[in-house]
Amino acid sequence: MTALQHVRLGTYYVVPMAGSDDFEEWRDHARRLLMADVPPDRVAWTEPGGSAGDLFSHGDRRLPVLDRDAAPPRVSKRFMDIAKTVLLNADPTRFSLLYRVLWRLQTKPRLIEDMADPDVRAMADMARAVRRDIHKMRAFVRFRVVEEEAEDGSRAEHYVAWFEPFHHILRHNAGFFTRRFANMRWSILTPRGSLHWDGETLREGPPATRADAPSGDPAEDLWRSYYASIFNPARLKVGAMLKEMPRKYWKNMPEAQLIPELIAGAQAREATMVEKGALDMGERPETLAAIDKAIHVCARCPIGELHNTAVMGEGPQDAFLMIVGEQPGDQEDLAGRPFVGPAGQLLDVHLAQAGIDRSAAYVTNTVKHFKYVQRGKRRLHQSPTAKEIDMCRWWVESERMIVQPKLVLAMGASAARGMLGRTVSVTKARGTLIPLEDGSELWVTAHPSYLLRLDGAGREEQERLFREDLAAVSARLAQLQAA
Amino acid sequence: MAQKSTLDRLKILADAAKYDASCASSGTSKRDSRGGKGIGSTEGVGICHAYAPDGRCISLLKLLLTNHCVFDCHYCVNRKSSNVERAKFTPQEVADLTLSFYKRNYIEGLFLSSGIIRSSDHTMEMLVETARILREEHDFRGYIHLKTIPEADPEIVHRAGLYADRVSINVELPTDAGLTRLAPDKNAGQIDGAMAGMKSAIVEAKDAKKRFRHAPKFAPAGQSTQMIVGADAASDADIVTRASSLYTRHRLRRVYYSAFSPIPDASAVLPLKRPPLIREHRLYQSDWLMRFYGFAPHEVAQAAGADGMLPLDIDPKLAWALKFRESFPVDVNRAPKEALLRVPGLGTRAVGQILMARRHRRLRLEDVAKLTVSVKKVQPFIVTVDWRPVLLTDRADLKALIAPKAEQLELFAA
Repeated sequence: MTALQHVRLGTYYVVPMAGSDDFEEWRDHARRLLMADVPPDRVAWTEPGGSAGDLFSHGDRRLPVLDRDAAPPRVSKRFMDIAKTVLLNADPTRFSLLYRVLWRLQTKPRLIEDMADPDVRAMADMARAVRRDIHKMRAFVRFRVVEEEAEDGSRAEHYVAWFEPFHHILRHNAGFFTRRFANMRWSILTPRGSLHWDGETLREGPPATRADAPSGDPAEDLWRSYYASIFNPARLKVGAMLKEMPRKYWKNMPEAQLIPELIAGAQAREATMVEKGALDMGERPETLAAIDKAIHVCARCPIGELHNTAVMGEGPQDAFLMIVGEQPGDQEDLAGRPFVGPAGQLLDVHLAQAGIDRSAAYVTNTVKHFKYVQRGKRRLHQSPTAKEIDMCRWWVESERMIVQPKLVLAMGASAARGMLGRTVSVTKARGTLIPLEDGSELWVTAHPSYLLRLDGAGREEQERLFREDLAAVSARLAQLQAA
Repeated sequence: MAQKSTLDRLKILADAAKYDASCASSGTSKRDSRGGKGIGSTEGVGICHAYAPDGRCISLLKLLLTNHCVFDCHYCVNRKSSNVERAKFTPQEVADLTLSFYKRNYIEGLFLSSGIIRSSDHTMEMLVETARILREEHDFRGYIHLKTIPEADPEIVHRAGLYADRVSINVELPTDAGLTRLAPDKNAGQIDGAMAGMKSAIVEAKDAKKRFRHAPKFAPAGQSTQMIVGADAASDADIVTRASSLYTRHRLRRVYYSAFSPIPDASAVLPLKRPPLIREHRLYQSDWLMRFYGFAPHEVAQAAGADGMLPLDIDPKLAWALKFRESFPVDVNRAPKEALLRVPGLGTRAVGQILMARRHRRLRLEDVAKLTVSVKKVQPFIVTVDWRPVLLTDRADLKALIAPKAEQLELFAA
């Protein structure tokens, strides 16, 4: 066959499509046009209800008569696969694009593999947009349950969703939802049509409006609070969210209404943290009395705002040894003195054993107020956060500057942080000398209240370590005093 | 104490679960609810049903059965010594919640983990029981991911694999020393042994499946793990090496990285500063290089600086290319796939398209531009019919030319 035989020069064809997503229909028309050698620029395809525009207003609406002798066109499976997806795109130019590529494939059969070709590329882009919409519909459809009376009078749950797809994908996605929710009664309503599944058969219905769908669901509160809780405000990445869940989908997703609030909340939280970090502590107090006075009105961190009193360190102002704990406990808070509760008593026992005179030492805490939560009548101890320790370091540092001890014994990780400004592991740091900037030295051990929380073999082991640490400190003290 | 409402407990236990990075629901066997009495399907690809403002996908109902815990791992918000509010669900409650969410198309399934209550065995039993209720009583065919507890009886752990699509055991920290220091109750040997056991069970089940059609499925989506980045001193090179040994030794599907994020009520042993979020991203990129781009672990380590850390300002592939300039430029019209995959700016898809397109035409720079996101980034490393980077790869300021411009740091970015 020669190409020119069947060309009817000067004739334009208008192909009105009956369906928006009917691939078979397009294929039949395209095959007929191709067999009659009608070049792509002589065909106008129109959507259902659309017009072909002025250019083709006088076009021939009858397709060319099929030449029985013409060989049926052949085309690769790859083209067919992509074309089926492209056809679902809402772009009105998709029919003509597909026909143009089909036409070019007749002389260049492997054109479809050439992604650098603009037509092939356009097809790939349209197919990708459709696949994405298909996927997003599977992800973002939200059912709401309605109780309905079945024919036999029993109550049955009916799950109804309202969704607005961008391409003609509803029918394509029917299979997914029937496979997934095979034993559930559900309907998906869209502006382009609807689907209804009763557990056995799938029915197609007319286009619907949002008002046809239920307006809420009792489970949505749970879902929203799940959404809000699983979000980590410490790592806001709004761009990444918008890329995968563009705003256009939000209006039909119950959780999306929380987004502005969550973002604003996270930013506010971070802002307060930044603001708190920049607190000006003012002039350094020069006497212990001044510190004592100042800590009683300190509310620079939330601990200071609880119902408690500040507990000042005690001991000689020229003490050789300074013992630092974490924070006052319940009893210390009531007595207004450090280390008088159970942990203090345990400490006393061990100090006596090690031959260290508590009355000669300056005993204090890293954090000056008791941090607790109220549980009934009891106030349960809570560890200070690193932030709070750093805030309170100001006071314990001031105390150290005045007392100027030669040796500081920090008990527990909080105290060690209070001294060093960085976190060290008690297990690693204990038993060794850590030089401090002013020439004095720091020794780290566990906090006695840690021992109190243990029992059995663990307690014995830790008590032994504690004893060893105190013995080492005692030996070192003797050494320093002798020097 | 009065029982908290479901809503309150959901808040607490979802909040506690958010430090687990994985939310994958892909790669399991295909199945659907036709012919059954319940709901659910898995079709190979995972679906993200929503995205949170932290950019992370919400695919599964990620919950802790309880956040009570007898362990005292310093990096964990649920450690024994932490003062967080505690709550717990029964297996039945979690199953009901999962079904209720699934029916409304909120989720792909369940990712259940738990703090250790009473004993490891007891906790593992409860996790398995939840999966059993879903699978057996409700014929649920959606996705289930169970976190398994290395200290629990292997027999119970094995049952988890029979119900779950994926099982995971967290290695927690990249180095054994870090684990000893920060997770005193855990044991590196035990974690490793549990992973090895899981691997052989998965391999055995796959093998049986080949011979007997009705052999039970065992964790068809394989096992994964998670490492916390930035809580100890491990360098990126250490982490990458550890991850690659996990991939090969235990055939893990994924190693997840979770940038240590300052948790409320932090233990004082922890660093206060969180590692830059971008570090986690760079580690994932290096993970990708090993899984999809043919990079060997030591090559990724080469991209790192002298301190073993990957550069934060440029991606590891570009870092590697800048170090090994002698491997470039690559001729897009002739070079083998492996060489093309090394070109910064060419992804696996672009490489596939170049390979296909070059059968039909000799590629020019404009052709490459159509196939890639940014031809500017690729340009210095390739040769096309009409383009050759003249001495460009030798320029000392090359990095400045192609590295993304430093941006005004956003206050809330990372």
